[in-house]
Amino acid sequence: MDAIILQILNGLDKGSAYALIALGLTLIFGTLGVVNFAHGALFMIGAFCAVTLQRLLSLSHEVVDETRTDFLGNPLKVEVPYLQDWLGAETAAAVISWSVPLAILFSIPIMIVVGVAMERGLIKHFYKRPHADQILVTFGLAIVLQEVIKYYFGANPIPTPAPEAFTGSFDFGALIGMDPYTIIYPYWRLVYFAFAMIIIAGVFAFLQFTTFGMVVRAGMADRETVGLLGINIDKRFTIMFAIAACVAGLAGVMYAPINAPNYHMGMDFLVLSFVVVVVGGMGSLPGAVAAGFLLGILESFASMAAVIDILPGINQIIIYLVAIIILLTRPRGLMGRKGVMEE
Amino acid sequence: MSKSKFTRRGLLKTGALGGAGLAMPTIFTGAVWADAHSGFTNAPQGDTVTLGFNVPQTGPYADEGADELRAYELAVEHLNGGGDGGMIPTFSSQTLDGTGILGKRVEYVTGDTQTKSDAARASARSMIEKDGAVMITGGSSSGVAVAVQALCQEAGIIFMAGLTHSNDTTGKDRKANGFRHFFNSYMSGAALAPVLANAYGTDRKAYHLTADYNWGYTTEEAITASTEAMGWETVNAVKTPLTQTDFSSYIAPVLQSGADVLVLNHYGGNMVNSLTNAVQFGLRDAQANGKNFEIVVPLYSRLMARGAGANVKGIFGSTNWHWSLTDAGSQAFVRSFGTKYGFPPSQAAHTCYVQTLLYADAVNRAGSFNPCAVAEALEGFEFDGLGNGPTLYRAEDHQCFKDVLVVKGKENPENEFDLLEIVEITPVDQVTYAPDHPQFGGAEASLGTCNPGA
Repeated sequence: MDAIILQILNGLDKGSAYALIALGLTLIFGTLGVVNFAHGALFMIGAFCAVTLQRLLSLSHEVVDETRTDFLGNPLKVEVPYLQDWLGAETAAAVISWSVPLAILFSIPIMIVVGVAMERGLIKHFYKRPHADQILVTFGLAIVLQEVIKYYFGANPIPTPAPEAFTGSFDFGALIGMDPYTIIYPYWRLVYFAFAMIIIAGVFAFLQFTTFGMVVRAGMADRETVGLLGINIDKRFTIMFAIAACVAGLAGVMYAPINAPNYHMGMDFLVLSFVVVVVGGMGSLPGAVAAGFLLGILESFASMAAVIDILPGINQIIIYLVAIIILLTRPRGLMGRKGVMEE
Repeated sequence: MSKSKFTRRGLLKTGALGGAGLAMPTIFTGAVWADAHSGFTNAPQGDTVTLGFNVPQTGPYADEGADELRAYELAVEHLNGGGDGGMIPTFSSQTLDGTGILGKRVEYVTGDTQTKSDAARASARSMIEKDGAVMITGGSSSGVAVAVQALCQEAGIIFMAGLTHSNDTTGKDRKANGFRHFFNSYMSGAALAPVLANAYGTDRKAYHLTADYNWGYTTEEAITASTEAMGWETVNAVKTPLTQTDFSSYIAPVLQSGADVLVLNHYGGNMVNSLTNAVQFGLRDAQANGKNFEIVVPLYSRLMARGAGANVKGIFGSTNWHWSLTDAGSQAFVRSFGTKYGFPPSQAAHTCYVQTLLYADAVNRAGSFNPCAVAEALEGFEFDGLGNGPTLYRAEDHQCFKDVLVVKGKENPENEFDLLEIVEITPVDQVTYAPDHPQFGGAEASLGTCNPGA
């Protein structure tokens, strides 16, 4: 029982990341009809926004400390953050420690600019081209973006800790009356799950309850008619692309403390997110979210030692296996609508 | 775009170029001449010799590869008489005098292994066939090392392995043309187990997470064998995919398994992520079986420790070399490297630098670049002054035998490089094994015969 609760909890945070990325992918596919393989790169750029802000806040100048020596025996040069000069040691440390949540604000304008530049600069030219061309060009773009990140940040993961207050873990088992140390869960993963739920709710509310959202939904259903009504749907779709980029970016920012960001984290999530979109049903937003959590949790169960003992290697293929089963029984995915990608 | 057609003019041009190429004994055609005249692949002609540095310049170990390349460049500089000479003055064999190797100036070419066996073989082949490299060295993964070593054996080239820790490199996959200075999984286990028993007691239950490839298997086998010999019990050993980035679903069940020690047979990014996850899930603060829960990382590197940040504090592991060693050789190397690049060298850099010097010295002592002569000079060679104390290049398996460092993540680092502290220097006798040890391919493992190529 405790093992099952634990793996469900465990699947939630990964499921949250899948759901957020798949949500963005579905938004872009549903509005622009583009299969965006660079979406994982947006997730990665988000994570590196957190890294960048942490570095900006920690920008330092050297102070020579004569009392200590460095590895060559010369007087030690100590890096003192400028922030420390301005705010004092304690406040500066607190601000730096909160760099990941602060990066949410920092990343939104960056992600909007990146998203708009990507859509207007490149993807726009591929609307009329076959899906294969779109996949090739966005995949190429993803490789370029990840190499750029590697050039500036190196190949190794960069630790980006959560704020001091959230670094520990809590004993979930003890809370529900089990023995201590049976179910331990890190605070930050819970924060991530809550954050994902807020973002998902926000996107749905935006589409459901605003005029802008209504127009976008109408455009998703029948682009031509909306255009004939005199509405500039292209402009709105560009904005939707920027919003999808923001969702992926924010998912990346908050994911940074869970796994130290590295340049290929986007690719790691991208392929699975596509499976999530297909399983959820192409173009279905609730489907993407549901499938994200479902596959995240299943992946957790499949990597339990007890399961691997019975079915060796299941942890590496579970997602694809489930995808095959679902597509065989429900060819349009869990919540797929008729007519999407079927012409 | 012009269409390529055979024309009279084009044919004449090609013919003229080809003729010029044949007439000039350049480095590109050197291989051909050498084959005819000296009886081994890529015999150096003229007054230079070319070495091939095959390191990961892209891919997950690119930072490690960059550090290896720095070390190689430093070694070439020192061999050619530049800089402060680094470890050349402290090296017990005094044949290196700053005039290159056998009086020939050292030049080098580089290849990118990408930490992929096929890419590494392709770049090594290119350096051998196109650039005339007489020796290949480098690598930051055992899969790559085993693959490139086999290629060098076929080509008749000496392979001086870089960072490779799997038992197989000098175990079941050992080759007559291949040599390893770096230590291996068995040595890590043999050195770590007594320290672990001392620190955590002999009544412990271990849970292994193991990277699902060659190196992971031999490390798990070595650590399991040596800790079980101390009285520990192995509760479970789970393989994790090499591409895994979030290990939470593997980490979370550990506490429920009844284990009180977690052994992470992971390296590079895998290790950074699994250790970070383990700390996030509270394993370091947990209690199990009435004891403090502990984590062990069999193979440590400073570059990894930096990636894992504060999570490494207090965690035991082993390493081939560390810049804080105080012997004359290590100090000379750190001074030389640190002055040139501004930070201390990694263990990968150290082993690559040492391998280059060892090769150059062996050629000088053999009086020939012939791989079979070089191999003979390295076999059974005893040396000192290169940072690991007295060391033997064992003839039976081409593995270096030397002291092993047991290290621990430092609690209070004094600077950004001061991440590991040396807990114990395990004497070489304690980590020595028979050449036909079962973990090393048993009695069937054999070097084969030396191949001079050509």
